[in-house]
Amino acid sequence: MLKKTMLGLLVTALLPIIPAPAFAQGEQALDIRVAYIGQIIDRGPVLSNLIPEPEDAGLQGARLAITDSNSTGRFLKHHYRLDEIESDDPSTLITDSRALYDEGARLFVLNTSADTLAALSSSLPEDALLINSGSYDDDLRSEQCLSGMLHTLPSRAMLADALAQWLIMRRWNRWMLISGNTDDDRAFAQSIKRAAKRFGGKIVAEKAWSFDTDLRRTAQKELPPFTSGTEYDVVVVADERGDFGEYLPYNTGLPRPVVGTQGLMPTAWHKMIEAWGAAQLHSRFEKQTGRWMNEKDYASWAGVRVFAEAVTRTGSTDAAALRDFILSDQFELAAFKGRKLNFRSWSGQLRQPIALVHPRALVSSSPQEGFLHPVTDLDTLGFDAPESRCRVIAQ
Amino acid sequence: MKYVKLIPTLLVSALAVAGTTQAATAYISNEKDDTLSVLDLDTWKVTETIDVGERPRGIALSKDGSKLYICASDSDTVQVMDLATRKIIANLPSGADPEQFSLHPDNRKLYISNEDDALVTVVDTESHEVLAQIEVGVEPEGMAVSPDGRWVVNTSETTNMLHWIDTQTHELVDNTLVDQRPRHVEFREDGKLLWASAEIGGTVSVVDVETRKIIKKLSFEIKGIHPDKIQPVGIKLSADGRYAFVALGPANHVAVVDAKTYEVLDYLLVGRRVWHMEFTPDRQYLLTTNGISGDVSVIDVADLKVTRSIKVGRYPWGVVTTP
Repeated sequence: MLKKTMLGLLVTALLPIIPAPAFAQGEQALDIRVAYIGQIIDRGPVLSNLIPEPEDAGLQGARLAITDSNSTGRFLKHHYRLDEIESDDPSTLITDSRALYDEGARLFVLNTSADTLAALSSSLPEDALLINSGSYDDDLRSEQCLSGMLHTLPSRAMLADALAQWLIMRRWNRWMLISGNTDDDRAFAQSIKRAAKRFGGKIVAEKAWSFDTDLRRTAQKELPPFTSGTEYDVVVVADERGDFGEYLPYNTGLPRPVVGTQGLMPTAWHKMIEAWGAAQLHSRFEKQTGRWMNEKDYASWAGVRVFAEAVTRTGSTDAAALRDFILSDQFELAAFKGRKLNFRSWSGQLRQPIALVHPRALVSSSPQEGFLHPVTDLDTLGFDAPESRCRVIAQ
Repeated sequence: MKYVKLIPTLLVSALAVAGTTQAATAYISNEKDDTLSVLDLDTWKVTETIDVGERPRGIALSKDGSKLYICASDSDTVQVMDLATRKIIANLPSGADPEQFSLHPDNRKLYISNEDDALVTVVDTESHEVLAQIEVGVEPEGMAVSPDGRWVVNTSETTNMLHWIDTQTHELVDNTLVDQRPRHVEFREDGKLLWASAEIGGTVSVVDVETRKIIKKLSFEIKGIHPDKIQPVGIKLSADGRYAFVALGPANHVAVVDAKTYEVLDYLLVGRRVWHMEFTPDRQYLLTTNGISGDVSVIDVADLKVTRSIKVGRYPWGVVTTP
């Protein structure tokens, strides 16, 4: 069998590449600025700290989207530039974003906490287009509706619903829910409870993990009794930081799968997604960064691509024109998920399939077959119009 | 009178005998098996499975049908198979990650899309030299040379464009923006029209070659199938100009389109995730590659009916046929 050769590389070394000329006779050359605002959040120490999370998650996705958009843009005389601002201090992010706005930036991809997002939303004038690529917060999509805010990252409710549909499809209806002690963990657990109610799952036991022992040494002793005492089909874990959840699989009292933030995980993006050209996106990303592309990278990538797609199709950089197009029926984003993606008119949430993965394989993708919706089955995930108070498009 | 009648009969049977020594054959690339399936088109049986390079996708015949070119994507090469011996006789310098390609009518220039590098590589199939590399959009895929040899058109899946390359200068001279994720392009035999599929957009654009503008956009609708699952990929135009066949991916159907009125006449149920297609040499049948079900469906072109399906390898991708 022929193995990977160096032929491809050799070719490039020997021959000058014929560059793509700029076109668009009669059309205007455009310079497009996209601002990336990244909040560096200290998530505290975790027990399972062997594989650290990448510090540039999100930023690298935005950078790749700029490269991708420029490859398209050169055929249209459109040039994209990323202004990058990163800080652990929300007030710096607010000041610097405002300064970018004053210099003319109107397109913002925001990878921050929900609180910072709210602060940015009130400090930036109305005509700025804001995309949330960093917060899973359900409230942002149902109650606390920030004016004009779009979301490319799925909400926790979307992730929980994606998992719940699959569990119901498997008829694994009895769930033991174990939650960590951060606000985020409790929020994830809340979304799981909501999903159970929507799809017919039963939370047979609910426990909070508060032990402070080092599980790397004692998981085998502590976790089996902790997960005993009730009959269940799966353990659902809510541990967003990966503090203790990594130790749950194979340490449950009953021989049952672990799902949730560890074990079988719902996610917007993962290395194990390969179909519909995803393999090529991974390949470009890995060439750029030397690491795998994660969900935060994907959400920021999608955020920049939403802006770029609107510029390509409208030939305009006017924020109001772009916004109208993005929220119109004509908008569609090809984002390596096998369907065209667009935004919910009420919550500004990007509709998207959610993958269910374990660390080495794609297990399934939700919505699952048979979960029906009058408009699109993608709206069976997360907050549907009647469940949300938000109205991004005035109706 | 008797003699007159007899002679043609003899001739026909002589030809038939010659034909049986080498039956019409289809070659199918199996993306996840690193093999080619050899399908006998008289018996409809797979007679041989041949090991090739890694992740074989696009395949194409030399103009005389003696050689088969194979994009071995993960081996970063285009392999050349001698069909008389079914041995690989050369590896062409294709550039990285070749996916699809198209051979110029001069039988020498092979235009290859390098999916990972946003390039089109032009290789001379005789000297094995790289003649040019041309920058195109992100994830180049579909490739077609116009029948008169003047144009090569490449689709870029993430840039959503058809790139028009002048084959004399190897310069990219125009672009046509189409719907999301263009996968495949096919020239009409007279070279005046170009058909282009958009997988995620769910449409097929018909482009006037002279102006390079879209003159018609087709969409598809199948009862009981979600519109998002209708994803056009492969296109084949019948030689008589009557039909266009469009493979609809995970919709598991091939659309039959009236190539003159652009009306969709029928949807034929085939195997799962149908991507590429080829006519048998007699044009009587159309073969489709069905990735997920791992088989080839056979469509009777006169009756517009699916007559059989044949198991091949894992994730069949490309298909070609020889007499």
